Amino acid sequence: MIISVASGKGGTGKTTVATNLALSIDNVQFIDCDVEEPNAHIFLKPKIEKILPVNIPIPKVDEGKCNYCGKCAEICAFNAIAVLKEKVLVFPELCHGCGGCSLLCPENAITETGNKIGIVEIGKADNILFADGKLDIGEPMSPPIIREVKKYINTDKTVIIDVPPGTSCPVIEAVKGSDFCILVTEPTPFGLYDLKLAVELMEKMEIPFGIVINQSDIGDKKVEQYCLDSNIPILMKIPFDKDIAFEYSKGIPIVVKKIEKKQNFKNLYQQIKELVK
Amino acid sequence: MKICITSQGSDLNSEVDSRFGRCAYFIIVDPETMDFEAIENSSIRATGGAGIQSAQFVANKEVNVVITGNCGPNAFHTLKSTNIDVITGAKGTVKEILEKYKDGSLKSDSGPSVSPKFGF
Repeated sequence: MIISVASGKGGTGKTTVATNLALSIDNVQFIDCDVEEPNAHIFLKPKIEKILPVNIPIPKVDEGKCNYCGKCAEICAFNAIAVLKEKVLVFPELCHGCGGCSLLCPENAITETGNKIGIVEIGKADNILFADGKLDIGEPMSPPIIREVKKYINTDKTVIIDVPPGTSCPVIEAVKGSDFCILVTEPTPFGLYDLKLAVELMEKMEIPFGIVINQSDIGDKKVEQYCLDSNIPILMKIPFDKDIAFEYSKGIPIVVKKIEKKQNFKNLYQQIKELVK
Repeated sequence: MKICITSQGSDLNSEVDSRFGRCAYFIIVDPETMDFEAIENSSIRATGGAGIQSAQFVANKEVNVVITGNCGPNAFHTLKSTNIDVITGAKGTVKEILEKYKDGSLKSDSGPSVSPKFGF
C-alpha cells in the first residue's frame, strides 16, 4: 500500500505525521518527495548507501543536419528553443525535458544530452527503507526528481510518501499512484482554505483521503465543521503539545521520545487500511 | 533598414511599451520612408520564455535594430546572436523615438537591462 502525506498549506505537520507513522508501523519504506526542501532524513537519520544523479534530457542540435524549419521551436511549450536564420539557440533552464523537439524534428538533427538537476539518495534507517530526492540549488523544476525517486518504490512494503506543500505539479507528481492520501491541516482560516484546495485535488485525482488535524485544540472549529459537512473522515487529532515542538526542534520524532504515542499512529494506519479496503 | 519598436498601440503615435517580451505590439518601421507594420505580440501570455519567442519573431522579420524599454537576458542573447542591435530605456511615442534614433542620440546596449521574468 502507498500512503502519501500531503497538506495544501505548508508547515502543518506533514513530515511530523509521515515520520512518526513510519516509526510506528512495521515493514515500511519512506520516500521523501519534498525535493525542494527534504527534511525527513533529519528525523529518521538514515544511513545513505547510494547517491545517484538525476539528469533531464536537453536537446542538442546538429546544425549540419538542421534546415531551420522551426518545428522544434513551435512544439516547445516552454519556449526553450529559438530557431533563427541559420542558428538554433537552446535555453536549458527553460527546458522541461519532454523530448517533443527531438521526436518531431524531420531532419533528425536533435539528440538529447543529460543536464543534471539534482540527486536521489537511497539508504536505510534501521528497518525502514529510505529514499529522498534533492533538487540542485537554482534549478526550477522538481517533478523529474520526484519521478526518479518514486522509481525506487518497493510495493512489498507499506510505502509512506512525504509530499511537498501546495497543490501544483510537484504535489500531483508525488501523490500520483497512491492508494490513500493523508491531508494534514491546522484549525485556522489558512489551514481550511488550503485544505479545500487539496481536497479538490484529491477528488480530481480520485485518491481516497482523510484528514489529520494538527494542533487541534487551538484555533477554530471550522476545519472540523467542514469535514463533517463534506463527509470527510477525520483520522486523527493531534492536540497542541510543547513537547512535540521541543523534540522536533532537536530532530527527534515524538514516538521516539514517548513510545506510548506509537499507538495513536498505529490507530491511524488501521483506519487507513479499513478505508482502502 | 528595419527598426522594431515595442509599442502599446498599433500606430506611430502610440506610447512605447516598456517591456520587450510581453509588449502589446511590435511596430516595424523603415526609418527612411516611415512605412510601418504593426503586429500584435502573440507571446504576451506565454508562461515563460516570452522574451525568447518575441526575439525569434523579430529576428525572423529581419529587423536590424530593436528599440524598447527593457530587455531581459534571454531575449538579449537571442537578438544579439542574429546581430540585431538592442536599444533600451526608450520613453515617449514611437514617432518621437524614431526621430531620436535618426538624430543619432540613441545608443545600443551591450547587455540585458533587466533580470529574467522582469516583465512578467
